[in-house]
Amino acid sequence: MTDFAALSLLGVYSAMLVYTGSFLFFTFDLAKRSASAPALVSVGGGMIEPESDRALPRAGRTGYQRIAVTLLVLGFVFHLLATLGRGIAAGRVPWANMFEFGLTASALIVAVFLGSLLWRDLGYLGAFVSGFVLLALGIVTVNFYVDVVPLPPALQSGWLVIHVFVASLATAFFALGAGLSIFQLIRARFEARGMAKAKLLKTLPDSGALESLAYRLNVIGFVLWSFTLIAGAIWAERAWGRYWGWDTKEVWTFIIWVLFAGYIHARATRGWRGSRSAILAIVGFGAVLFNYTVVNIAFTGLHSYSGL
Amino acid sequence: MEPLRPSDFHDSEPERQIEQPRLGLSGWGRFFWRQLTSMRTALVLLLLLALAAIPGSLVPQRSSNPNGVIQFKREDPDLFAVLDSLQLFDTFSSVWFSSIYLLLFISLIGCILPRTNHHLKALRQPPPATPRNLQRLEHFHSETLSGDPAVLRARAAQVLKSSGYRTLEQSDGAAGERGYLRETANLVFHFALVGILVAVGLGTGFKYQGQRVIVEGQSFTNQLTSYDSFNPGRFFSETALAPYSLTLNRFTPTYQFDLTSGRANPLDFAADVTITEAEGSVTESIRVNSPLSVGGTSVYLLGNGFAPWVTVTSPSGDVVFSQPVAFLPQDSNLTSLGIVKIPDGLPQQIGLVGFFYPSAVVLESGAFTSVYPEPEQPLLTFNVFSGDLGLDEGVPRNAYSLDTEGLTQQTGGETGVESLVMNLGESAELPSGLGSVEFTALPRFVSVDIHRDPTQLPVGISSVLIMAGLVVSLFVTRRRAWIRIVPGKTNESAVEFAVLSRGDDPGLEQALKQLVADFSQDAESTLKPS
Repeated sequence: MTDFAALSLLGVYSAMLVYTGSFLFFTFDLAKRSASAPALVSVGGGMIEPESDRALPRAGRTGYQRIAVTLLVLGFVFHLLATLGRGIAAGRVPWANMFEFGLTASALIVAVFLGSLLWRDLGYLGAFVSGFVLLALGIVTVNFYVDVVPLPPALQSGWLVIHVFVASLATAFFALGAGLSIFQLIRARFEARGMAKAKLLKTLPDSGALESLAYRLNVIGFVLWSFTLIAGAIWAERAWGRYWGWDTKEVWTFIIWVLFAGYIHARATRGWRGSRSAILAIVGFGAVLFNYTVVNIAFTGLHSYSGL
Repeated sequence: MEPLRPSDFHDSEPERQIEQPRLGLSGWGRFFWRQLTSMRTALVLLLLLALAAIPGSLVPQRSSNPNGVIQFKREDPDLFAVLDSLQLFDTFSSVWFSSIYLLLFISLIGCILPRTNHHLKALRQPPPATPRNLQRLEHFHSETLSGDPAVLRARAAQVLKSSGYRTLEQSDGAAGERGYLRETANLVFHFALVGILVAVGLGTGFKYQGQRVIVEGQSFTNQLTSYDSFNPGRFFSETALAPYSLTLNRFTPTYQFDLTSGRANPLDFAADVTITEAEGSVTESIRVNSPLSVGGTSVYLLGNGFAPWVTVTSPSGDVVFSQPVAFLPQDSNLTSLGIVKIPDGLPQQIGLVGFFYPSAVVLESGAFTSVYPEPEQPLLTFNVFSGDLGLDEGVPRNAYSLDTEGLTQQTGGETGVESLVMNLGESAELPSGLGSVEFTALPRFVSVDIHRDPTQLPVGISSVLIMAGLVVSLFVTRRRAWIRIVPGKTNESAVEFAVLSRGDDPGLEQALKQLVADFSQDAESTLKPS
């Protein structure tokens, strides 16, 4: 069994190596975009044209980006094998402590990103995604790694499979949404000042289209997060005898839920649509990261399953 | 009819500012009500709510971590006083947190009630008639088709209906609207949120929760005096306790010893109990994650440990104390701490402070420690204190602690007298001829939490509605569609299609194409895009 754990780690290191390559090529791609803005950018002529990003696929993809995506797929295969290997080694789902959660959630970020690439050309997000996942894998293997141990009785529940998996899937959608919101903010700033110097940004969809994409990812994240919260409450009732007790993790799950509820309302409020709502989405994802790291490690509570 | 939205909804018409010379009382009232139910206020209140919850995770809460609060007070009494005056140890029942969510819910109710009223009207009304100039709409398409205009008109209504539009037949074609479910689901979602608040607000008063330690072979009867601690809701009455008793037959833990870390990992905790109700007895097993339902209550397995059976005999040979004593676990290998108090029957009142080691080994320092949570080498030690235990003053004393102030230590520490050390079945003499102590047997104990929470069902139903309302309201789109037949001179008519949507509707263009395709299907058509 320990063999699988070792192989899993080997898979993680291989994935990190390949992701590094992918990250480099994604940055080359961005650099190339800023060097030569292709002619097809003026789609929509500055007007908010939600579908203008559709004009970019294929034609907008540079050779660098194709290599980067190929490497990302290869890295994902290693990443997926590493995650499965960990699950086999443990004889259960690979998301029962912080290391495993990080492993699975980051794999899901890549999976959701690769899935979105089939839907839209989000290649400009590649550097953000590969960089973020590389960093996340580095941190979880160096700082959060724990050996495989059997599940404590409190975690022996079908809800572990559902509640934690959906939470990590929600995290993946929020991560991509935050990436898009960051690009949206930068682009909106340049749109306000004049786009003359922003060659790179000209190759991106306009801020309205970016916002629309970010919204759709974040809304899926919000639905998944609501489910996480409710499933967690049901499990808490089984395991701890109450469905809600303002445990530190519950507090932060609630805060994140309220922040994204705020984000959805902000988008529907005059004067808040656009940059302000984008900031809320980024703050919301920041809270997700805080919930995973600081709340797990530094705060005391019932969700102390980091294994550290 | 458009769904009703607050005046600052991003898509609504900007309000015209009307010069108002003076606002009367009702004018001001209306002004504040409008402010409170505006989108911006709701948004600010939401963000404040998120912000206000943060202290609840930074500072220990009386509700979830009472020991943390006591520790905080001990470590920093001055800061404690300041924070306590700000209600930071009761964040979620504090005046400020409550004000925010109550205002938020008033704002919410003030928003959804008029919307519900409006939506109910809209549901009974036909869709809006076709606008005069369809070609002005962004999503517009026109083609020329041959056929009898009357047939084409009928076909227009039929196509809209089969695409799920509520359809109004008109003299020149048909108008349709679909996606009413979006607003319905949105309202269901928000009403379900109110449902949770109401359920929790009303139901909490009828809740109760109690804790009890049960030793193997002992029984617990569900009555107020049987609980070790009990937290009733405001409207709790003792008659609400269902009559049943619960006997712990056996508690079985399972551990796995991890050779690399040297740690014992718990795999399973199972308490076999017999429940006796009026109808008879059944034997069940309570596990973590698998509580027991009995008499409208849920019984949860929260903790476990050893309860060494201690027998104390007086110098004259009378047994003055003989019962299991629950020792509280101090570490993962179940080194446990327990207290025995003997107020009567011995020449002096004595208190025993005991340590129990299930698998005892001697450290180099001479101290004992436990290396495994199972009783491989059970060892019981006692330090003996004599003097006034303070049990006769009528002041409630904690059974799990001994206030050694005013007592004389007889063994251990600086007394120079060895502590009492016993293996299972052994006995030891108390110092100064006070009598003897025997480690008679080693049953286990469990601590159970017994809850009754009438909010569970309504909160559960509300949660299901929240999920359903959320998914439907975010993924159903509200659309309007129109098809107009403009008869030409010959057998040919111009057929105009247009669709309109408010808000996010990436599939709108596709919906238009689909309508055109459905309409043209089987019809002789000459495509002439506008």
